[in-house]
Amino acid sequence: MSYLVICLIIMAGTTYLIRVAPIAFFQKKIENLWVQDFFYYIPFCVLAAMTFPDVIYSTTPSGDLSPHFLSAILAAQVALISAWKEKGLVLVAFLAVLTAIAVELVLKYMVSF
Amino acid sequence: MKEFIRGIKTGFPICLGYIPVAFTFGILAVKMGFDPMVATFVAFTNMASAGQFAGIRLIDGGAPYIELVMTTLVINLRYMLMSFSLTQKIAPKMPLYKRCIIAFCITDEVFALASMQKQDVSFSFFTGLMATPIFGWTFGTFLGAFASGLLSPMLQGCMGIALYCMFIAIIIPEAKKSRKVALAIVAASLLSCIFKYVPGINVLSQVGGGGWAIITSAVIAAAGAASIKEINRRKKRQQILMAEERSEA
Repeated sequence: MSYLVICLIIMAGTTYLIRVAPIAFFQKKIENLWVQDFFYYIPFCVLAAMTFPDVIYSTTPSGDLSPHFLSAILAAQVALISAWKEKGLVLVAFLAVLTAIAVELVLKYMVSF
Repeated sequence: MKEFIRGIKTGFPICLGYIPVAFTFGILAVKMGFDPMVATFVAFTNMASAGQFAGIRLIDGGAPYIELVMTTLVINLRYMLMSFSLTQKIAPKMPLYKRCIIAFCITDEVFALASMQKQDVSFSFFTGLMATPIFGWTFGTFLGAFASGLLSPMLQGCMGIALYCMFIAIIIPEAKKSRKVALAIVAASLLSCIFKYVPGINVLSQVGGGGWAIITSAVIAAAGAASIKEINRRKKRQQILMAEERSEA
C-alpha cells in the first residue's frame, strides 16, 4: 500500500475509534448530579474554547503571513449580535461572511489609493 | 419516521453551514497537490474540520505514521468527551450496532444540537440529524476541490469564518437563557486565550494542533460551572432543612 493510502486509513480509523469507543462501551446512566451538569455544560464550553481566540485569525487566507484581524473581528461582532437576536445558524454565518467580505473590499479599495 | 424527519429539519442548517467550510478544505487540499477525489474521501471518512486540515498538512509534509496518529488523536480528543456525554443522552437501550452508526457523525455541531434536545435522543432522530451534514461536508469539499480556481484568496479567507459563526450561533442563545451557561462560555473562552497567549502556558496550544488547549479549557470551565451549581444545590437543601427544623420547633 502507498504512503497516502495508509495515511488515509490512519486518519479515518483514529477519528472513528475516538468517537465510537465511549458510546459503544459505556452504557450506564450516571446518577451523579455533578457529572450530569458537567456534561450539560461541555458542548458550550468546547465550542467557546474553539471559537476564541481562533476566530480572529479565521478570515486570513491560507499562506498569508499577516493576519486579517479587522475583517474577522467586525464579522465576529456581527455574528455575536445576530446570534443574540437568535437569527439561526445559517443567517448568522451568512451575515458574518458578508461583513468580512465587505471589510476586505473596503480595505483593498483604501490600499489602492 | 417522524423522528427521522425532525432530525433532518434540525440538522439542515448545519448542512448549509458546512458547505462553505468544506469548500475551503477542498480548495486547500487541491492546492497542496491532493487529488480532488482524495480530498472528498478524507472529508467523508473524517467529518472533522481541524483534524482534517492538520492531517493533510502532515501527509503533505511526509510525516511519520505515528505523528499522524498522535495529532489526529489529540485534535479530535474532544469527540471522545462528546461521545461520552452522548451516552447519557441517547435512548438507554440502544443496541450496539446503532451506537456504532451514530458514532460516525459526532461532530461539534451535531453533538451540540443533539445534546440540546429536551428528551432522550433516538436512533431515528440522530440518523436524520447527521444525514444532511454528512452530505454538506462531503459535497462542499467536492465542490471546493473541483472549483478551486473560481474563488479569489480573499473570498476563500472570508468563508473561513463561517464555522466559528455557527459555533457562536449555537452558544449565544443558550447563554441568554442561563447565566451559568454564559459564565461557562466566558470562562472557557478566557482559558483558551490564556493557553494561546500567555508565555510558558502556550505550549499547550502549540502541540497537537491546539487539541489539548481546547479540551483543558472546556473541562475546567464545565467543571467550574457544574461545581457552582452543586454548591447552590447544597445551599438550597440546607435552607430547606433549616426551615423544616424551625417549623418543627
